[in-house]
Amino acid sequence: MRLPARSGSLAQIRRRLARAASGRAVVVGIPLLWLLLFFLVPFLIVLKISFSTALLAMPPYAPLLEWVGHHIAALRVHLSNYQLLWSDPLYLDSLLYSVRVAAGSTLCCLLLGYPMALAIARAAPARRPLLLMLVILPFWTSFLLRVYAWIGLLKDDGVINNVLRSLHLIHQPIVMINTTFAIYVGIVYSYLPFMVLPLYANLEKHDGALLEAAADLGAHPWRAFWRVTMPLSLPGVMAGFLLVFIPAVGEYVIPSLLGPANQLMIGRVLSTEFFENRDWPVASAVAIVLLLLLLAPIVIFQRYHNRELEAER
Amino acid sequence: MPASSTAYLQLEGLSKRFGQFLAVNNVSLCVERGEIFCLLGASGSGKTTLLRLLAGFETPSAGRLLLDGEDLAGVPPYRRPLNMMFQSYALFPHLNAERNIAFGLEQERLSKRQIAQRVDEILEVVKMAPYRARKPHQLSGGQRQRVALARALVKRPKLLLLDEPLGALDRKLREHTQFELLNIQQQLGVTFIVVTHDQEEAMTLATRIGVMDRGEIVQIGTPREIYEFPATRFVADFIGSVNLFDARLSTASVSVAPAAVDAARGTCLHSPELPAPLLVDQSIEAAADAALWVALRPEKIALSRQPPAQQHNWARGTVREVAYLGDLSVFLVRLESGRELRASLTNSSRECAEQFARDTPVYLSWDSTSAIVGSS
Repeated sequence: MRLPARSGSLAQIRRRLARAASGRAVVVGIPLLWLLLFFLVPFLIVLKISFSTALLAMPPYAPLLEWVGHHIAALRVHLSNYQLLWSDPLYLDSLLYSVRVAAGSTLCCLLLGYPMALAIARAAPARRPLLLMLVILPFWTSFLLRVYAWIGLLKDDGVINNVLRSLHLIHQPIVMINTTFAIYVGIVYSYLPFMVLPLYANLEKHDGALLEAAADLGAHPWRAFWRVTMPLSLPGVMAGFLLVFIPAVGEYVIPSLLGPANQLMIGRVLSTEFFENRDWPVASAVAIVLLLLLLAPIVIFQRYHNRELEAER
Repeated sequence: MPASSTAYLQLEGLSKRFGQFLAVNNVSLCVERGEIFCLLGASGSGKTTLLRLLAGFETPSAGRLLLDGEDLAGVPPYRRPLNMMFQSYALFPHLNAERNIAFGLEQERLSKRQIAQRVDEILEVVKMAPYRARKPHQLSGGQRQRVALARALVKRPKLLLLDEPLGALDRKLREHTQFELLNIQQQLGVTFIVVTHDQEEAMTLATRIGVMDRGEIVQIGTPREIYEFPATRFVADFIGSVNLFDARLSTASVSVAPAAVDAARGTCLHSPELPAPLLVDQSIEAAADAALWVALRPEKIALSRQPPAQQHNWARGTVREVAYLGDLSVFLVRLESGRELRASLTNSSRECAEQFARDTPVYLSWDSTSAIVGSS
């Protein structure tokens, strides 16, 4: 009597599982397809171009595969572009400069953003939405416009110099525009919300009882911060660091508008190769190297994040 | 300073106000060294606020707090010579058991060797040595509780505050842990202040209980005193199961039971819910028409099929419900007045509850020493 009933329910369960599996396939499949089409395929094309040589043609690079006779194809792979990147100091210099500027401004974002995020997380719950909105508010204006606005603030006869001069604090304008300092200002200003938001998301989850426990065990609030809050917020710090550092390394608009003309960041080198020199293969090689370099911190973060997730389980 | 203040922990007129709300109202209390003092109350009764005042997480609105002669006013939590075991345990999730326990010692200026030695000792006491390298999320609820206890005890506090120490454990583990907690307390001789809403927990752990209601301590006494001699109607009702009657002093007291009660000590009362006069072996000073209450515990009521011999302290009714709880059976008996009484019977033999099945007419009776009368 019971067996058929049970096997019936088994079949039902199996059907339900199959339906759930197909549902999961759709949910996972759509973003996967998206990434394949719009990330992996373009990446492979760029990779292909980076092994080619420049031509004055349309498209402006030599094909990798060429028919040299009946049924004979020749594969021409050039490593010369990568060689150039290594031998011409322009590329290495601008890459190191980019990493240095990005790391420096990310650190500034962290030093500014951490106290902000902590203050918001510890504010009265009713006030948090307002404070968060203030952090996100700049996004309501175009990024480009905001960077342009900094030209008006930083240039020799800009707002800052004019105010200082009218107060008789300076007689000669302070040169700020077209300096590395201006890039720092631009990156820190533009990317600060990307540091504050993941940090806030992390800090907001902290259990207040932990700090009370630390105090109860004899830790001064400063020590409690270093021993409890700081280590527990590291995943947020990591996320914020990557969200700022990675786009900052390849940043193009900010150094173009605010940065010095003689010292290029890698993003500007890339665009110059593409659009001015029309050397697609070299530009592609720059893009590939940049991507591989930025992959390293992402992989490290993923490892860390996975460990974190396991710990929570 | 009055020289009489010799108690180990002394609270004097302690109050805490949150806006309009008076969470702790004028609490005065003395706790002796080595005691386990339980603050028992429903949620919102102010017991946790009182504990947080002791720990220093809240500052009192009024009153004084003295521990071992030292006034704790203005002493921040991280300098108070007492420790707390949090209800949620509040273990540091990024540190393993051992490092959690060492945390407090690292804040004192102790050598690495001393810290290691004291951590080892306390791990033995709480029997957690094999799990010392585990992170909190790798420990069971009971194990976390032990780590939390060890972390607080390793500091050798003058006072250990425990906030619902067994609240997060399942029933079986609770009973076991209760006795172990007592064991550890006796072994180390630390003074405990326990906050709980669970009277069973309070009864088994405490040397004395303070029952809290709406920010005030309404009665302080040993578990037996609190249970057998509740000072107020609230305490009688809050602790254990009880039958409460509204009653007034009976004018015909002497004529009903001249011999049964010592007229000097006893009180004769009348309740509209009971057919017979109530005789209580306790004197009370009250106006002749004052509204009084009488409390009668279910286990102190005797059930019988025959009418009792005594003229007083009895009632007649029918069994409405029987709840068989294994060790005892609880009967809900409806009296002729419509009032329902709870009576319990220890199942000392396997069949003894059988004779009082549902709808059986029964007589209830009790001794004059069993009931408690009060006016507040």
